[in-house]
Amino acid sequence: MNIDSSNNNNNSNNNVSGNVNNKDDMNFLSDININIFSPNKKMRLMHINSNESSNNKGEKSLSQRQFDRNLMTPGQTISREGEFLRGHGTFHSNNALLASVCGLVERVDKLVSVRPFKARYHGEIGDIVVGRITQVGSKRWKVDVAARQDYILMLTAINLPGGIQRRRTSSDELQMRNFFVENDLVYAEVQAINQDGSVALHTRNQRYGKLQNGTFMSVPPSLIKRGKIHYHSLESIGVDIILGVNGYIWLADSAQQRQQASLIQQHEKENYDQPLLIPQAIREVSRESRIKIARVKNSIEVLNRSFMLIHPRAIMEIYQLAEKMSLPLKDMLHPDKIKQMITAVHTNLTSNKLNNKNKTNNNNNNQDSEGEDDEDDLNEYNAYYNDQMNTE
Amino acid sequence: MSKLSYITPEGLRIDGRRNNEIRRLNMKMGIFNRADGSAYYEQGNTKITVAVYGPREVASNQRMLHDRAIVNCEYSQAAFSSATDRKPTRKSDKQSYEIASLIKQAFESTIQITLFPRSQIDIYVQVLQADGGLKAAALNAATLAVIDAGLPMRDFICACSATFIEGVPLLDMNQMEERSGGADLLLSIQPQLGGVISLNMESKVPQDMFESVLELANLGCMKIFALLQTEVKRHSADLLSNQINPKS
Repeated sequence: MNIDSSNNNNNSNNNVSGNVNNKDDMNFLSDININIFSPNKKMRLMHINSNESSNNKGEKSLSQRQFDRNLMTPGQTISREGEFLRGHGTFHSNNALLASVCGLVERVDKLVSVRPFKARYHGEIGDIVVGRITQVGSKRWKVDVAARQDYILMLTAINLPGGIQRRRTSSDELQMRNFFVENDLVYAEVQAINQDGSVALHTRNQRYGKLQNGTFMSVPPSLIKRGKIHYHSLESIGVDIILGVNGYIWLADSAQQRQQASLIQQHEKENYDQPLLIPQAIREVSRESRIKIARVKNSIEVLNRSFMLIHPRAIMEIYQLAEKMSLPLKDMLHPDKIKQMITAVHTNLTSNKLNNKNKTNNNNNNQDSEGEDDEDDLNEYNAYYNDQMNTE
Repeated sequence: MSKLSYITPEGLRIDGRRNNEIRRLNMKMGIFNRADGSAYYEQGNTKITVAVYGPREVASNQRMLHDRAIVNCEYSQAAFSSATDRKPTRKSDKQSYEIASLIKQAFESTIQITLFPRSQIDIYVQVLQADGGLKAAALNAATLAVIDAGLPMRDFICACSATFIEGVPLLDMNQMEERSGGADLLLSIQPQLGGVISLNMESKVPQDMFESVLELANLGCMKIFALLQTEVKRHSADLLSNQINPKS
């Protein structure tokens, strides 16, 4: 009897573990305790547990304590005195300044604000965004940019084919669907924020406009920092990325996009009356580059799932790691592999940081060095992570 | 069968708790990728998932408000959620509608909706398993999801139920205790600002005992608040654990 029952137990255990392995998507379930409560089992209430564990921790590292101090939850008091100015994510109540979101406190002089980890995009003038057309209205399009409302793209704010100086006629208004239709992706810039809070976009630049023949993904806007450049070309693998400030990302094949752009330019100059048809030969993206694009997309997804900042350097690091580990494309998003890659990136970064410090020191000594661009990029990268560090 | 006894002479309830104990809580934030905020919440055998979307563009222009956001709540119970009655779920169920409007009103008063004019916030509550205390559990779960979505709130919303059976006030009823026909008191509060959001009671409690039942419910809310806050902090630390920090 005993032997039988133990065998059964083993079998059932094996089955359970097998199931868990198969369901990678459901990995969060493994974190949740799905024990069935029965009066026979002695189960301690969680509040007893949590008290004990917090006592057990005892000593925390300095940065951890700093993190705990800066971490705010809604309704928590930041300061009792009235000497601070109320910033985003805070409010006054009973002469005290309270946090209204869960996030880290930022202090600039007297201005105190709390930045939430995840929040909807909030537009600022000059932001470069990727959006999706949701509605065609009279003289305007509505664009979804993951903000709290759809942004507006006016007919007067786009580049019409046939030269910038062309007058907008009523026939343009009737042909708005020739430019953008619902579900088109656009690459645009925030032009103005109106009195009533609505936000206007524009595409009045050669590089802005409709996005075609690539792939789209979205991440939380907080993972993408505002910067000078949001259109990146990963030259070593021939993939173009647009990291929209609003967390929308566009990926495409560099060579194909270049060809397409020149075709569109030519079309706009010569016969802009006819609707544009991109021939199959130009539309086509080779299998190799599609694989590369998919790998880049997965790399971004790895960063997204581990809530790390998305930056071309970080993407390339993951991309190269995955290649070094000769991971098949579909296995890149396996939770174990993600963990492996992230630890590797962390160790790489710390060693890089040391090297960079030495490098910048050297540069200060002999100022006119070669490869300034590269150095700029490195500095930007450092500033990027330092920014993150300061908030913690 | 003789009349069911809800409390043994030793002072233990049907599921082995004492009168002032809440059930085991388990929770996890950020379980859905597509939603702006989400949470899984388990109180004893009651299991709930919540998804929050928004603030986002208002679906129908007629309902748009020019000075604040509108809050929508949809509450539904899975067909398999209850062990006793397995009925097909209807969307316009009276009880579901009541709970949905309770949640909607609670969050309209606590989220700073005036910051998001012409937008809407959607809260979807799905009960996976029902074992009493659904209203309270739904409110607590929704709080976690709203915090996960990064929406500005004045405070947490913590809710707890209490009852009065066989001369003893009981905290956090399960399904069987709910069916006892005793009073059903639901208290939801803002634990840090110290305000009451809602106080409902079905059936009666002797007047001199009401105070003690209410006090018990309040203590339950405060205990739940401590647990919710611990989870929020743990989740935040988890989220940032991979970002580059000064230690490394």
